[in-house]
Amino acid sequence: MNFFYHIGRYFSLLARAFSRPEKHRIYLRKLLVEIEQLGLNSVGIVVIISLFMGGIITLQVAYNMSNPLFPKYLIGLGNRDTLILEFSSTIMGLIMAGKIGSNITSEIGSMRVTEQIDSLEIMGINSASYLIMPKTLAVVFIFPFLFVLSVFFGLIGGLIVGPSVGAVTAPDYINGIQYLFTPYYVTFSMIKSLFFGFLVATVPAYFGYFVEGGAFEVGAASTRAVVNTNILILVFDLILTQLLF
Amino acid sequence: MITIQNISKSFENKQVLNEVSTVFEPGKTNLIIGRSGSGKTVLLKSIVGLHEVDSGEIYYDDRNFTKMNHKLRKQLRQEMGMVFQGGALFDSFSVEENVRFPLDMFTNQSLKEKQKRVDFCLDRVNIEKAHKLFPAEISGGMQKRVAIARAIAMNPKYLFCDEPNSGLDPETSLVIDELVHELTLDFNMTTVINTHDMNSVMEIGDKILFISEGVKTWEGTKEEILQAENQKLQEFVFANKTYRQIRDVKIEKNS
Repeated sequence: MNFFYHIGRYFSLLARAFSRPEKHRIYLRKLLVEIEQLGLNSVGIVVIISLFMGGIITLQVAYNMSNPLFPKYLIGLGNRDTLILEFSSTIMGLIMAGKIGSNITSEIGSMRVTEQIDSLEIMGINSASYLIMPKTLAVVFIFPFLFVLSVFFGLIGGLIVGPSVGAVTAPDYINGIQYLFTPYYVTFSMIKSLFFGFLVATVPAYFGYFVEGGAFEVGAASTRAVVNTNILILVFDLILTQLLF
Repeated sequence: MITIQNISKSFENKQVLNEVSTVFEPGKTNLIIGRSGSGKTVLLKSIVGLHEVDSGEIYYDDRNFTKMNHKLRKQLRQEMGMVFQGGALFDSFSVEENVRFPLDMFTNQSLKEKQKRVDFCLDRVNIEKAHKLFPAEISGGMQKRVAIARAIAMNPKYLFCDEPNSGLDPETSLVIDELVHELTLDFNMTTVINTHDMNSVMEIGDKILFISEGVKTWEGTKEEILQAENQKLQEFVFANKTYRQIRDVKIEKNS
């Protein structure tokens, strides 16, 4: 019953959050601020994680392909497809749930416990729409860019690490990342990243919006938000993989 | 004028308000007093619609607030200003951005006009040289004054204050009380203040409503409160030694 209560309240919050804004100009300005705060400020961590993971995946593929009959360019291919299909969309979604999700829950939750949300309501402002819609649009907008960035730097990571430890030569690796390229994989992961972006923004916003108590409860809500977002990302990954392939 | 008729509110089978009725008149500072946990804040939040009442009706002048749809409530709320216990200023906005926020949202004034109104409101609450500071950079008393400035920015007909003096020293509390009282008279607002501060009651209490365990137990003026015979009210008022001494002096004089 508790599960259905949360589902119902989540969708009713979404209905309020995506109702007509009071003033489009203010919301647009807020959207740009959120794109910078939630999106652009995440570029650094995406680049660092992707460089390392690209390098690690390249090494793992190389060390598990000890059979001399396997051509070396398959190392590049393995890294590319792993990055495109799972790492840069799903794993990055899980990481962003921690970074962006906890940020959203703690910001909205703090506003709730300090009565700033009540203050918005008293002014006649739809607090759900004002707080959640720009964040959601910003995260959904920025996620595909982060995905592309992650794939690019993951491939660069492989290119740096693979040849430098002698696991694969640079020409073989570059040949591999171009070999049997399926553009649909990118489309598939782009669609996934849009879904994950929506979850990463709205689920933590839900936990923050309905928090009750003080600083301790806001911290607990952030943890619950990240855990639930991660589970939902994995569930949707499974569903979307089944539906889109 | 705000008219409350028999409003009741409960949370998970716990009755918090029970058939409370009263009238708050314009141009007066109406105080809701009572012990902590007596239902004052729930009453105030029910009046402004942050809590939905279980039964009863609330009228703003002749408009039935309890029967209004969401759109009408939003319109009415533009006539309300509220000062929350902690100020509830937006952390990410500067002082002047906080005051300008309702003007940005609901008016089509030019930036110059809005700035003029912001300067007027901040000047009215005696805030100087803090326009560009953020809430975390100013004192608790200043935060309350900025919150009042924000509440009056839209020229409201109804002003609500939830424990405006909590966490403030007695001198600053007096400044806030006088400020709210002056604004009420200047703009002929219907002001409702939630407090348990007896100094506020004796300073600005044009009308006082005493709530005990969710029930309206007494109502009257600051002149009447010291003579009131209600046992629960007496326990509340004379919990303070100073007021007990005032009572004893009066009794001695009369005898």
